Amino acid sequence: MSILVLADINDGQLASATAHVVAAAKAIGGDIDVLVAGEGVQAAAEAAAKLDGVSKVRVADNAVYAYQLAEPMGALLMELANGYTHVLASASTTGKNVLPRLAALKDVSQLSDVIGIEGADTFLRPIYAGNAIATVKSDDPLKVITVRSSAFDAVADSGSATVEAIDVVVENTQSSFVKEELAQSDRPELGGAKVVISGGRGMGNGENFKLLDGIADKLGAAVGASRAAVDAGFVPNDMQVGQTGKIVAPDLYIAVGISGAIQHLAGMKDSKVIVAINKDDEAPIFQVADYGLVGDLFDILPELESKL
Amino acid sequence: MKILVAVKRVIDYNVKIRVKADHSDVDLTNVKMAMNPFCEIAVEEAVRLKEKGVATEVVAVSIGPKAAQEQLRTALALGADRALHIETDERAESLAVAKLLAKVVDDEQPGLVILGKQAIDTDNNQTGQMLAALTNLPQGTFASEVAVDGDKVNVTREIDGGLQTIALTLPAIVTTDLRLNEPRYAKLPDIMKAKKKPMDVKTPADYGVEVASKVSLLKVESPAERKGGVKVASVDELIDKLKNEAKVL
Repeated sequence: MSILVLADINDGQLASATAHVVAAAKAIGGDIDVLVAGEGVQAAAEAAAKLDGVSKVRVADNAVYAYQLAEPMGALLMELANGYTHVLASASTTGKNVLPRLAALKDVSQLSDVIGIEGADTFLRPIYAGNAIATVKSDDPLKVITVRSSAFDAVADSGSATVEAIDVVVENTQSSFVKEELAQSDRPELGGAKVVISGGRGMGNGENFKLLDGIADKLGAAVGASRAAVDAGFVPNDMQVGQTGKIVAPDLYIAVGISGAIQHLAGMKDSKVIVAINKDDEAPIFQVADYGLVGDLFDILPELESKL
Repeated sequence: MKILVAVKRVIDYNVKIRVKADHSDVDLTNVKMAMNPFCEIAVEEAVRLKEKGVATEVVAVSIGPKAAQEQLRTALALGADRALHIETDERAESLAVAKLLAKVVDDEQPGLVILGKQAIDTDNNQTGQMLAALTNLPQGTFASEVAVDGDKVNVTREIDGGLQTIALTLPAIVTTDLRLNEPRYAKLPDIMKAKKKPMDVKTPADYGVEVASKVSLLKVESPAERKGGVKVASVDELIDKLKNEAKVL
């Protein structure tokens, strides 16, 4: 077994998801190499070399890989994948964007959002918004897999892999980066936070999301939202937790003014402890909540903040 | 230019699914089916581009059992000009669908292909990317804005940290995110008119594509049930439980 992990890069730094994907690679077993591709990614490469279980970090540092656009990344992976039995990436927007291209170029299927590993060719993945878990076996010569990072514990960073530069440079005339609008936040990243507090349509408006901020600050929590809150324009879409947003599994998830639609539950029901705060005691969220508090969030939130 | 839109027939998004007793799959007998929500958004975007004068023709295509023609009729009622049904009763995985769509792209030579970013049944999020790879066309995935400008298209994509805009040369493949648009409802006269619009029916064999996949479904199970929790009476009790019982504070 020989596994290539595509590292997630965030603003030149190694994203935390990569340590979770390496954990999944360790569960498969075999040699693990990490590909760090981008522009100005030396720091990310050094961080990747410290991940436990990694034998080699391969660095493709070139302007053509900036922003990890799908076309050059697919072509690069196509060049590098020879000799590997598995190629893994996190099921981030980058992994989802790039890996199916590699799979198609190699004429193999891709396994998306894997949450369990039963062997080198047998994997568990959720379907139907997480309402069923499929066990699938791939007989393809190359397994191309995206990993749900919240399903695997991150590996420690006490390793010391070798770092080698690779000089494969592909051409890209088809796509170019125009601009980025990233949400600014001092809070932990939603995907990796230990505590998440989310607001739904019950918050009423975007201004009221400030009621969550004070609690989030006290708990070191990330702030999320339901699709209803995003669609209503209360908060930006990168805060969305759900089937079509981010999948989180924190130690503590606090759902405020969220009814608990299937779409939302798909994104958070693997949290260790779920707290629901809702004025409707019939809301479906109470069926999955460990602790439910029925009442008006506008009374409860300030009280909760003052007592934490 | 011509726009090709791919649509999929899936279980209605409101339905609570059941896993079959023998764990072979999800039970789809007598379950309400509908067009995949992301595909509806794709159709809407194509029709809007036609209304803006950017597109001259919208062709809807679906791959699946005979019943998928219902979803193609829906696409026609929403404003597509003609439809193509590639009929198969086999479980067509993303790769096979992408290979078939690549053949259709080859035949039809569209300027833009729009697909949903993922189907809400398999949750794969693969087909558009695979199609782009197989046709050697650029891709704009998870689009929340599509702006055609001459021989280029600017696609604003929903990425983990926010939004990213990229420019692609046409022809290109775009997959839709939920916030791209608000799909319209089909009106009764349009539904009647859609019955007269042309629909071609072909099979995967007509395209020389093998639908069988090397991935086999061994088992489908229900996820572990969360046990019903308790309701607490006050904020104090909640904090106490979180500290002393759940030990997460």
